[in-house]
Amino acid sequence: MSWLIAIAPVAALIAMAMSLSHALPLAVSLHLDDGAAMPFAISMALNFFTGAAIWLLTRRHKRELSLREGILLVVSVWTGGALFATVPLLLALPELSFTDAYFEAVSGLTATGATVLTGLDHLPPSLNLWRAELQWLGGMGVIVLVVAILPMLGVGGRQISRAEIPGPIKDEQLTPRITQTAKGLWLVYAGLTAACALAYHFAGMSPLDALIHAFTTLSLGGFSSYDASFAHFDSPLLEAIAILFMMLAGINFATHFLVWRTLNLRHYATDTEARYFVLVIAVSVAGISALLLGAGIYDGGWSALRYAAFNIVSVGTTTGYATADYSQWPVFAPLWILFLGTFLSCSGSTGGGIKMMRAMILYRQVYREIKGLAHPHAVNPVKIAGHVVADNVVFAVLGFFFIWVVLLVSMTLLLGWTGLDAMTAFSAVVASLNNIGPGLHRVGPATNFAVLSDFQTWICAFAMLLGRLELFALLVVFTPTFWRK
Amino acid sequence: MRIVILGAGRVGSSVAENLVSEANDITVVDTDTERLRKLQDRLDLRTVTGNAGHPEALARAGARDADLILAVTQSDETNLVACKLAATMFNVPTKIARIRAADYLSHPEIFAADHFAVDTVICPEQILTDYIVKLIEFPESLQVLEFADGRVSLVGVRAFHGGPLVGQELQTIRKHLPNLDTRVAAIFRQDSPIIPDATTVIEAGDEVFFVAATENIRGVMRELRRMDKPVKRVMVGGGGNIGRRLAQALEKKYEVKVIEYDRKNAESLAADLGNTLVLAGDVTDEELLKAESIGEMDIYCALTNDDENNIMSSLLAKRMGARRVVALINRSSYVNLVQAGQIDIAISPAQTTIGKLLAHVRQGDCVAVHSLRRGAAEALELVAHGDSKSSKVVGRRIEEIELPKGATIGAVVRSHRRGDDDSARSEHEVLIAHHHLVIEPEDHVIVFVVNKRMMSKVEKLFQVGVGFL
Repeated sequence: MSWLIAIAPVAALIAMAMSLSHALPLAVSLHLDDGAAMPFAISMALNFFTGAAIWLLTRRHKRELSLREGILLVVSVWTGGALFATVPLLLALPELSFTDAYFEAVSGLTATGATVLTGLDHLPPSLNLWRAELQWLGGMGVIVLVVAILPMLGVGGRQISRAEIPGPIKDEQLTPRITQTAKGLWLVYAGLTAACALAYHFAGMSPLDALIHAFTTLSLGGFSSYDASFAHFDSPLLEAIAILFMMLAGINFATHFLVWRTLNLRHYATDTEARYFVLVIAVSVAGISALLLGAGIYDGGWSALRYAAFNIVSVGTTTGYATADYSQWPVFAPLWILFLGTFLSCSGSTGGGIKMMRAMILYRQVYREIKGLAHPHAVNPVKIAGHVVADNVVFAVLGFFFIWVVLLVSMTLLLGWTGLDAMTAFSAVVASLNNIGPGLHRVGPATNFAVLSDFQTWICAFAMLLGRLELFALLVVFTPTFWRK
Repeated sequence: MRIVILGAGRVGSSVAENLVSEANDITVVDTDTERLRKLQDRLDLRTVTGNAGHPEALARAGARDADLILAVTQSDETNLVACKLAATMFNVPTKIARIRAADYLSHPEIFAADHFAVDTVICPEQILTDYIVKLIEFPESLQVLEFADGRVSLVGVRAFHGGPLVGQELQTIRKHLPNLDTRVAAIFRQDSPIIPDATTVIEAGDEVFFVAATENIRGVMRELRRMDKPVKRVMVGGGGNIGRRLAQALEKKYEVKVIEYDRKNAESLAADLGNTLVLAGDVTDEELLKAESIGEMDIYCALTNDDENNIMSSLLAKRMGARRVVALINRSSYVNLVQAGQIDIAISPAQTTIGKLLAHVRQGDCVAVHSLRRGAAEALELVAHGDSKSSKVVGRRIEEIELPKGATIGAVVRSHRRGDDDSARSEHEVLIAHHHLVIEPEDHVIVFVVNKRMMSKVEKLFQVGVGFL
């Protein structure tokens, strides 16, 4: 159990740091007097004192973490963090079961956006802010934030942050020190969030709604303070702003960082992944608008375009806002939209899924196999943006994709076994594993995950954590090799 | 400080390792991705894959904002080009290059600012050779490091039974040596440092580091251990870069034998060297060692490229009767393994050469740095600037200076100007640090730091306050 003692002081410091995150909802609650101040105060104290106690007890044992302990730290911070995040929910909503509270917290931290709560409009506003803030913190990554503000993890920080920064090639470095990189990423993230909140506010949202939705837009989370999600506002302008910022958040933040630091937009043009990202969105929007128009779902081309664009970008980037019940659209549309969510977001963005970069590598690997058949002697490397992708990266991507498919199938079967229909089971797993949010049919955009049984809820929560930590970081903990001395 | 290191070889990696923990942003450039990946897994730094001699790779490595560029690739030519590029394209203030070829080194004018623009040339082989020559000159010492142009030396000695001072308190040193002034800077007992005071007792087996004027060190050493008879016969195992230089440096004063495995290289050695006996053969060949009477050797130095060969061959030599054996060992884990065992001295090339680089990285006016005990401790020569108002050291007695725990001042070198004009010759005085000595402006102060973590505090101490500017 030496690993436990090794990670305890770090985890304790993170818990203390996270108690600060309660300050915002607590202040809002006190200001609006919405009755949720006590739960936040209790939770804040609980976070702080638990952290402080553990820290005092174990700080003598603080040392450089090994890679294995680093992985355990990440896993404990995400599972334990979600546990702590349930406290305000459970205290403020006494009728909420622990299972549902944990699901909600995980869905928040992993920036998934699936919810089991109904009557969001009548929740204390501070509680909605808390849910949104969870998504915002989890969106860029808790550990990355910790590395940025508490440079205590040293070299280990880099290896640990790899678990949180999504994408197949994790050695890309923006600055020589991991702390600076983490700081840069968070600054860009916070800056874009502020810009988004201001834009929402000027386009008509109340300040609190603007903040909540900016949090969940940039984190590509998708929690809303209304049951009707974005449809509540019914404003083309707000939807356009949301589309813009969701697309920004779906691009690699490293690219944003470079643009910001060099004040040169050229970096967007040279980011191949971002080019495909925009291209796929454009083609999908055009195709689905035409489909909707042809099926006569919307009267004019304009409204078909509006609803298609918003819902495609929202689900494709794994945000999960909805302005229409797209599960009622011709069956190609909802399936295609869900399919986009599995790969559209770029690596290094706040989105989920297998990421555009992996999709590109997979596609080119397949093409390589085919080319190899036609030209057995061809030297045929996988190239992205003119650079050769090392074979070990290609293998890692193939392995990742395989295990992703295995998880998708096995969890769908497991949900089916517990009695869900095929479409609900499949779409719930896709929506959870890829951190999208809404699925189809009984867990579709018009309903929510409250229909699931406790066991099914736990499976979906687990799938969300798997997806957010890019499968391997969490799966490895369940293998015997990992624990072998 | 923003540092770009070109080349992730032995020197590059060990420099990166030494500097990364301090407040430095480090980028390492190399063509070998695998090597870079390994480095990055261990250290918090950025790596760039590319040819260090190409502008594009330098630009990607952030040469534009770099404060220091360190060209230590395998190739002299790449290092020279990189420094030139750094100067003309990126305006890097400090450029250090590793140059091996003696031919380049014999034409120092090519390093000038309007030529290859190298501010400091380092030649690890030369530094190592000088280091070994010192060890042969003082065969009882573990390490001899020079400061203030050789006026002051810091010597590490293992205390042995029979030394007059062993088992005595340090304050008795003045009674023993009324005419020699010295100061014990640190004692390492079973690898952990002891900060000595007047009542510390030296035990047999301690590693004692003392500071003295260079001409006095032999006298001080005599107090700590029985002196050996001076070295006459030296055998060098391995006639590579270092072996060759060493033989050249030694052959006038000592009887030198060199064993070289490669026949061609042995022939070229024999052609270049005058008095040295060059032997073609294997350094681990017992028969050869025996035939060349290894038992009669005062010192055997194993200097091949191969750590294992060096260790084995020096163990063999020791068992066959060589009085003292020295092994060159690159892997730091091996160094820890063999030091203080059968092998008398294990030399780590990386640690020996790093001091010269550290002098450029340290803040404050740092003239020389030596890294000791595998980088755990450091000895620095710092210049005290300012006056009693702006500086925390100038105008103070040594006992008043708030040195961090683990740091001691060993000696002070003071220069006295003769005459009034600027070109006047200056005379240097070596003052061993005693409590009442007052530091004057422009004194060179030799500080010994046993814990690298205290480094930044020592640097701060010697920085001039804002009042001075």
